Amino acid sequence: MTDSANGNSSATPQAIERLTSSAERELEALGGEGEKLEAWRVKYLGRRGALTSILRSLGSLPAADRRVAGAAANRAKARLEGLLDKRLAASGTPGPIGAIDVTLPGRRHVRGRLHPSTQTIQEILAAFNAMGFQTVEGPQVEWERYNFDMLNIPPDHPARDSHDTIWIDRSGGDGILLRTQTSPMQVRTLESTTPPVRIVVPGLCYRFEATDATHEWQFHQIEGLAVDTDITFADLKGTLYEFARRIFGPDRKVRFRCDFFPFVEPGVEMAVDCFKCFGQGCRLCKQTGYIEILGAGMVHPNVLRNAGHDPERYTGYAFGMGPERIAMLRHGIDDIRHFFANDLRFLTQF
Amino acid sequence: MKVPLSWLRDYVRVDLSPAELAHRLSMAGTEVEKVERVGYKDGVVVGHVLDVSPHPHADRLRLVTVDHGNGVAEVVCGAPNVAAGQKIAFASVGAELIDGYTGRPSRLKRAKIRGVVSEGMVCSEKELGLGDEHDGILVLDTDEELGAPIGQVIGDTILELELTPNRPDCLGIVGVAREVAAVTGARLVEPNLDYETGADDAADLARLAIEDSDLCPRYTASVIRGVKIGPSPKWLKDALLALGERPINNVVDATNYVMFELGQPLHAFDYDRVVDHTVVVRRANEGERLTTLDDVERELSPDVLVIADPMRAIGLAGVMGGANTEIGGGTVNILLESAAFDPSNNRRTSQSLSLTSQASLRFEKGLRAGLSEVALRRATRLILEVAGGEAAKGILDEWPGKADETDFVYLSRQKLDRVLGAGLADAQVESTLTSLGFSVSADGEGWNVKVPYWRPDVGIPEDLCEEVARIIGYDELPLRVHADNLPPWSPNPELDLRGRVRAGLTAAGLQQIITYSGTTAEGEERLDLPSSTPEFVHILNPVSAGHSVLRRTLREGILHAVANNLHTWRGPIALFESGKVFHNRGEGLPDEREMAVGALAGPRAELHWDGGGGQLDYYDARGVVEDTLERMGIAAEFSPVEDATLAAGRAAEVTVPAAGGLRVGVVGEVAAHVLEAFGIDSGPVSLFELDLPSLESAVSASQQGGAYRTYIRFPESPRDLAVVVDETVAAADVVRVASRNRLVTSATVFDVYRGSNLPEGKKSLAVRLVYQSPSRTLTAGQVEKAQRSILNALSREFGALQRQ
Repeated sequence: MTDSANGNSSATPQAIERLTSSAERELEALGGEGEKLEAWRVKYLGRRGALTSILRSLGSLPAADRRVAGAAANRAKARLEGLLDKRLAASGTPGPIGAIDVTLPGRRHVRGRLHPSTQTIQEILAAFNAMGFQTVEGPQVEWERYNFDMLNIPPDHPARDSHDTIWIDRSGGDGILLRTQTSPMQVRTLESTTPPVRIVVPGLCYRFEATDATHEWQFHQIEGLAVDTDITFADLKGTLYEFARRIFGPDRKVRFRCDFFPFVEPGVEMAVDCFKCFGQGCRLCKQTGYIEILGAGMVHPNVLRNAGHDPERYTGYAFGMGPERIAMLRHGIDDIRHFFANDLRFLTQF
Repeated sequence: MKVPLSWLRDYVRVDLSPAELAHRLSMAGTEVEKVERVGYKDGVVVGHVLDVSPHPHADRLRLVTVDHGNGVAEVVCGAPNVAAGQKIAFASVGAELIDGYTGRPSRLKRAKIRGVVSEGMVCSEKELGLGDEHDGILVLDTDEELGAPIGQVIGDTILELELTPNRPDCLGIVGVAREVAAVTGARLVEPNLDYETGADDAADLARLAIEDSDLCPRYTASVIRGVKIGPSPKWLKDALLALGERPINNVVDATNYVMFELGQPLHAFDYDRVVDHTVVVRRANEGERLTTLDDVERELSPDVLVIADPMRAIGLAGVMGGANTEIGGGTVNILLESAAFDPSNNRRTSQSLSLTSQASLRFEKGLRAGLSEVALRRATRLILEVAGGEAAKGILDEWPGKADETDFVYLSRQKLDRVLGAGLADAQVESTLTSLGFSVSADGEGWNVKVPYWRPDVGIPEDLCEEVARIIGYDELPLRVHADNLPPWSPNPELDLRGRVRAGLTAAGLQQIITYSGTTAEGEERLDLPSSTPEFVHILNPVSAGHSVLRRTLREGILHAVANNLHTWRGPIALFESGKVFHNRGEGLPDEREMAVGALAGPRAELHWDGGGGQLDYYDARGVVEDTLERMGIAAEFSPVEDATLAAGRAAEVTVPAAGGLRVGVVGEVAAHVLEAFGIDSGPVSLFELDLPSLESAVSASQQGGAYRTYIRFPESPRDLAVVVDETVAAADVVRVASRNRLVTSATVFDVYRGSNLPEGKKSLAVRLVYQSPSRTLTAGQVEKAQRSILNALSREFGALQRQ
């Protein structure tokens, strides 16, 4: 055995060569029995084997010698290992030597995951970011005027029916609420920016809803807005079509129908052909072949005017969608309440 | 809104299949939720009664011979009205019918009735699911061939519409018919408004005064005398029943019919019970009382608009009539109202009284005043038809809001192109608008468009753009990708930082959770937050008692999630949440502060054959924080701190020396009493909290340009040093002192030992010191010297002894 304290004599290239030759001769003399091969391996290549010890002792050599001796030792090691592998293969009996139960599970790091809502939001944002939309965020507790009035939804407008609102308790002053949509950021952004504007706005929204399998009082929304001097309905269609292809697949077909939202005119609802039945009609798409994905429209002139812009100079489009709904459709999740129950049996599936 | 196809066909020809029609309407904005077929029964066909003869063993039963197209059958029938020569609905064995006695669906079986085999059935209305009539069989009036499916004769298809609030015109079947006409190109047949009148002028028979014209832009009324109140004719009853409405009497049914036909609610008063035959439209007096048609006495305020006579209120304008002028069996003369009311006030009234009606649902969407008169004439005609009587000449009509009506909208060619981005031909634009009932006159640069009386939603040129686009079809318009300018990029540090924190925490093996923003004061009390924590933001109308305030901390939500998962999850529980907390600032909007919180509990690893294990504890949590901060280029220090949520002596604050010792968070094990309050009995649970705005400052303070430094090419010399120190000496301090030696490039504690061979109150710390010089290879002597000097320093500062 070589000792690193005084073993420098064995760490010369010549000594390594001698060691290798004798090891080779010894190996040739051995029969094919596994146990003998293993003993040979331990003697030369094992943790305390002759060659291993030489390699360990290299550290104490002067730098120049170390390079030469290190290279020789590594060559020797590779040669002996190669010879052993050949013998083992030739013996035809892999046997117990070196074999392990490869079917046992590996040692794994715990994998951290993002919440499925966050994953979906990130994917959607990435698609729009790549098209030049910048992500901005707004307050979740919002002035009534941003959430409604400036979006062309005056008090007593019937459209407020579909936005059952959770109000903040305060004495007097302007109304404050939990935003029912991310659309207030349309106004906030337009107030502080000169077009061109291209934003996407993710965030939590809240509505006064009884909770059931398809309704939650808290949910995410992603809003989008593009305003410039030359934006038309054709741009709205083109951008949202691109988005649908990026998120739902390049062969998706989209369909645009007329819908109503007070802060856009014309108003749009976009559907994609069902990604489960490919438009044939199934339960997911309620036999229609299409699945509603988002609402959109050309920014209403009143919204531009309210934010201080001349609607004769600027036009734009806006859109909004619910990432939980999209996640539910894509993953076949049957109950929206899973999203905020934070049960690991649910969360770890994504 | 339900639209029976048979009713729709009164105004427009429909050649499309119901499914195709539904699709075309939906694409144009009138969404059809459901297409329902009624009256279609498999196994029921048109039959012809050839012969009726007495039943040999029963007086009330007869044997009926029916030709059903595919042969002749003999059935036993109990209906008194069956007669030879009738066309009837014949059900063969196996048909799905409604049981005439139980009202439930049932399948027709072959039966022997009083000794005679019946090979089918002649059906009543009820058995076909058409109505309640079961005293006799349904006699058909049809030219259909024998054997034709019964659905071709009596069946109907109901379109169920999901309407948007801007289209009250489609709350009338004629409005839907106009949409059908526009999308199919068929011609619309308007309802007939003409009727014969008597000699007396309406204006001589009744008087009208609008006192609050801001809330009532128009009020029209007609007077019909000598009506005979009674049940409605069958067609009228059937029409209402098909919509799910209960028939009341001929006059009321006629007004309801017109409401469903044209979308204009009307109300008939008993003319003789209206004092002085005078109608006054005014705000209610404070405390004024009115019993409405639903027999509820209501107390009113001046916010409410009423219809009154000179003595009292006789109706809630646009919501519900009063009992005091209700049409009844004794009514002979009626005063018929058709008016326009302010939508906001109408909506506030029905909300404040919790009283919505078919009328208020229409008025709150804003009906145009032009519709009042059309509906009045139509309803007057119908009442004369179904209840008789004589209409007075002319109508009462007050129209104070006439000047405010938007009749014309100018649509320029330039506007149309700018909005739609499509070069539509003039002729196409004009024919599309005309098909919807708009009158169009072109002037070379655009169109002056007259908006018809049934469209309150069209007031600006953009509205007309939508009209053109939706009828042509959005899918037919061009599509353009990325032709506009991109705005200059601007950074979003808050978002970037959150992304880095989330990336760090997931890389460290944590699962992101998202909890509710709402909680309760009692819920947060369990955390023993410091009294300096800002006030709650209170919710006025929480969805449930459990969400009455907005959270001020993320700690509660995550501990709740840990508690829940401990019941159901056997593996490691390692969670984080990053989100907003809400701090009341008194004035204006609350402070929304971005925080991140993490919690670790349960076993350190999944069950594994190679062992591993132990429980997740403080050091796991701290490790997560260290990893995450290091990824952001932040070197943090951890020093003991008191935090009442966390166990005493097991909590550290996280500070950043590079940012002047700025505190960015806290990490520790949750105190036993807090765990108990969350129902957690299997500790420990470790928690950390990071304040993202502080982290943002720490990041910018820590970034020295991120410059690359040449790594040292000379060899490292590792040496281990074990010292015995007092239990109270912090490992971090030992490392700090050791690191002061300029040859030390790293100092890592790799063992902490307490045991019987050490004195009480002492511990041994084993530290691996790595010596390295940037300029030369260190000799053994140099390393030895440095090691001795470090030991001396440790002895001096902490009384440390080298462990032998």
